[in-house]
Amino acid sequence: MSKKLLIPLGVFVVLCAFLLVGLWRDPREVPSPLIGKPAPSFVLAQLHEPAKTLGTADLKGQVWLLNVWASWCVSCREEHPLLVELGKAKVVPIVGLNYKDESAAGRRWLAQYGDPYNVSVVDRDGRVGIDWGVYGVPETFVVDKAGMIRYKQIGPITAEALEKKILPLVRELQKS
Amino acid sequence: MIPELGNFALILALLLAALLGTLPLVGAQRGIAAWMALARPLAVGQFLFIAFAFGCLVWSFIANDFSVVNVATNSNSQLPLEYRIAASWGSHEGSMLLWVFMLGGWTMAVALKSRHLPDEMVARVLGVMGLVTIGFLLFMLLTSNPFDRLFPPAADGRDLNPLLQDPGMVFHPPLLYMGYVGFSVAFAFAIAALIGGRLDATWARWSRPWTTLAWSFLTGGIMLGSWWAYYELGWGGWWFWDPVENASFMPWLIGTALIHSLAVTEKRGTFKAWTVLLAISAFSLSLLGTFLVRSGVLTSVHAFATDPRRGVFILAFLALVIGGSLMLFAARAPKVGGGGRFEAVSRETFLLANNVLLIAAAGSVLLGTLYPLFLDTLNLGKISVGPPYFDTVFVPLMTPLVFLMGVGPLARWKEAKLPDLWQRLKWALAVSLVTALLLPLAAGSWKPMVSFGLLLAAWIVTTTVVNIRERGRGVRGGIFAQLARQPRSYWGMIVAHLGIAVFIVGVTMVKGYETERDVRMDVGDKVTVGAYTLRFDGTTEIRGPNYRAARGAFEVSRDGQHVTTQFPEKRVYNAGGMPMTEAAIRSTPLGDLYVSLGEPVDGGAWSVRVYHKPFITWIWGGCLLMALGGLLALSDRRYRVVTQREAGAPGGATARS
Repeated sequence: MSKKLLIPLGVFVVLCAFLLVGLWRDPREVPSPLIGKPAPSFVLAQLHEPAKTLGTADLKGQVWLLNVWASWCVSCREEHPLLVELGKAKVVPIVGLNYKDESAAGRRWLAQYGDPYNVSVVDRDGRVGIDWGVYGVPETFVVDKAGMIRYKQIGPITAEALEKKILPLVRELQKS
Repeated sequence: MIPELGNFALILALLLAALLGTLPLVGAQRGIAAWMALARPLAVGQFLFIAFAFGCLVWSFIANDFSVVNVATNSNSQLPLEYRIAASWGSHEGSMLLWVFMLGGWTMAVALKSRHLPDEMVARVLGVMGLVTIGFLLFMLLTSNPFDRLFPPAADGRDLNPLLQDPGMVFHPPLLYMGYVGFSVAFAFAIAALIGGRLDATWARWSRPWTTLAWSFLTGGIMLGSWWAYYELGWGGWWFWDPVENASFMPWLIGTALIHSLAVTEKRGTFKAWTVLLAISAFSLSLLGTFLVRSGVLTSVHAFATDPRRGVFILAFLALVIGGSLMLFAARAPKVGGGGRFEAVSRETFLLANNVLLIAAAGSVLLGTLYPLFLDTLNLGKISVGPPYFDTVFVPLMTPLVFLMGVGPLARWKEAKLPDLWQRLKWALAVSLVTALLLPLAAGSWKPMVSFGLLLAAWIVTTTVVNIRERGRGVRGGIFAQLARQPRSYWGMIVAHLGIAVFIVGVTMVKGYETERDVRMDVGDKVTVGAYTLRFDGTTEIRGPNYRAARGAFEVSRDGQHVTTQFPEKRVYNAGGMPMTEAAIRSTPLGDLYVSLGEPVDGGAWSVRVYHKPFITWIWGGCLLMALGGLLALSDRRYRVVTQREAGAPGGATARS
C-alpha cells in the first residue's frame, strides 16, 4: 500500500478529531487576558457623522459597553436583536466599534436591523481592534467608571449571558 | 393515524435498506446470482415506503395536524397551502426526510436505468447506496423523527419562518438536495469499482451521466438559493459566504472537477485513481455539509438544529462512510493502474491543472468555513471569517482557471504544441484585450477590476468562437452542416462555458458599477440612482393572509418619463411578530432597480434603501446556462446508443469478470 494514498484518510481523521472536540465545546466561553486591565484608549471618527469623533476619554466616569461588529459578520446578526432591546431599555450606553468594515455597508446594516448604539465609531483598518485584543467579531466589553475592562463576551451575546452576567455586572458597577 | 403510518413506513424502509445494504453486496462477492438479483426490487420497495412516509408528512402539514410536533412548530392554519407543503421540508426533521426521499429516488433511478450494466456492478452500486440510506433512516428514526407527536396538541402552529415563505424556498431545497444526494450515485459507482477492481473507461462512461445530472441540479439549487437571498433578505447581496452556502459550494467545486476528470478517464483511460478520489470527495463534502448544518458546530443563519446528540450521530456516520471509503481507496487504488501517457503540454495537463485549481478553491472554502472551529478547538478564540477572506482567495484561483478554460478545449489530447496553440489563440487574446480595455469606457468609467473581469469573460467567449470555427471546418458541407454533426455533449460544454462568461460579466458589473443609496425619505422626496429617479409617495397599510404590512409606493422615472411604480413592503407576521422586508425589484437584462423599506422614522418618513444593480440577473443567467449545458450534454445520443448496443450484446452484459 502506497503511503501517498493514505494522505486523504489522514486529513480526514484530523478533521474528524476537530469536529468531535468542536461538538462538545460551548463556543461562547473563552476567558480574556484583558479583564481587570485599563481599556486601551482610542479616538475614532463616528460612523454616522464622520466629522465628529468619540474617544475613551469622553466616556470616563460612566459604565459602558463596547460592542465590536461588522456588516459582514454573520454571528452579529444573531446577537443584534438582543442589543437592540438593550439599547431601547437605555440601561447602559453602548458604543459600537465598526470593525474592518465599509462605512456605507455598516450604516445600511444598522438601518436594516436597527441601531442599538449611542454612537458607533469606525475602526476601518482594525488597529483599535488589535489594541483591544479582538480575535474576531462579534465581541463585547464591559468597561467600568474608572475605564477598566471588567468583562468580555467573545462571540454573540446570548440572552443567558446578558441576564446572568452582563446586566448584573453593569448594575453593580453603576452603584459603586 | 397518518403520522403513525408514516413512521411505520420509515421503519419498513429501514428494513429493506438493511437488506439492500447487505445481500447484494455479499452476493456480488460470493457470486450468488439470486442475492444480486434482489438489489433492484429492494431499491424500488425501499423508495416506495420512503415516498409513502414523505406523503404522510406532507399530508399532516396540509391537514394542519398540530398534534405532530413538526407541524406545530413549522406551520400555521393561516399559512397558504403552497407554503404548508413547502413547510414539510422547512424544518430539520422534514429536510432530512426530503434528503432520504431523494436518496431513495436516485437509488431507484439507478435500479431502473441500469439494464445495460453487469449484474455484479448493479448489485454493488445499489448495495452501497442502501448502506448510505440505512445511516440516514437510522438518524431520522433515532434522533429526529418528523412524526413525533405532541400531547396535548397545539391549538395552532408557530408558523413557518417568514424568511422561508417564498416561492424560491419551495424549489430551492429540493433542487439543492437533488444535487447533493445525486453525488451519492457517482460515489456508489466509485466504491463499487474499487470493490470489484474494475475501473476503466466503461466505468467512467456509466458514472458520467449521473454525475452530470447531479451537478446540474446542484447548480440550479445554488442559483435559486442565491436568487432567493437577493430578493428576500432585503439587502441586495447575492452571496454571503455563509457556512451553509459554502457547504453547497464545496461539493459543486469538487463535482465540477469530477465531471472534467471523468471525461479524461473515459476518453483516455488516465486519472483513474484521481477520479475515484474526486467521486468520494464530492459526496463526502455533501455529507460534511449536512453535518456542519445539522450539528450546530458552526453558527450560521441556517443552523436551525443544534443538538449534540445529532451531531455525534452524523459524525460517527461520516467517519464510517468517508473513513471506510478512503481506507478502501488506499487499499485498492494501486491496482487501478496508470493509463495512457501524456506530455507536459496536452489537454490532459490542462484538465489536471483545472482540477487542481478547483480543489484548491474547495480547500480554501473548507478552510475558511472551518477556521473558526479550528481556532476555537485549539483555544485560540472565536472568530467569524467573512467575505474579505474569500474574495482575496478566490480571484487569484479563478483567474488561471478561466485562462485554462479557454486553452484546454482547443489543446490536443496526449501532446499539444505551444506555438500551434499560440497561432490559434492570438486573435482571441487580442480581441479579448481590446474588449476589456474599451468596453468599460462605454459603461461610463474605466475601472481596473471591471476591465479585468471583462477580460476573463471575453477570453472565454473568444476562445469558444475559435473552438466552434475550428470544429465547423469540415470536408463535407458548409460550416453549419459540420456544426450540426457535432454531438450534444460538445454543445453542452460550449453552453456551460459560456455560462461562466455570463456569470463573470454579472459579478464584474455589479461589483464595479452598483449604486447604493440609503436615505431618509419624506413623502414626496426624490432620490436618483443610475439613470432613474424615484419619488416616495408614502405608505399604506395592507393585510396579507397571515401578516400585516406597510406598503410603500415609489414612482420611478427616467429622463422625466414615467417608467413604473414600485411597491416594497415591510411585513409583520401574525405568529411570532417577526418583521420582514419585501423588496420591490424591477428587473431588466441590463440591471435591476431594487427598493426596500428600512424603518419608519417620523411623520410618515422612512429610511429607504435604493440600489441600482447593473447586470445582476446575468449572475443567475450564467448559472442557468451552466445547468442547461449539463442537461444538454446528458441528452447526447452517445449515452443512448451505448445503452442499446450493450443491452443487445449477447451475454456481454451478464458475463462476470
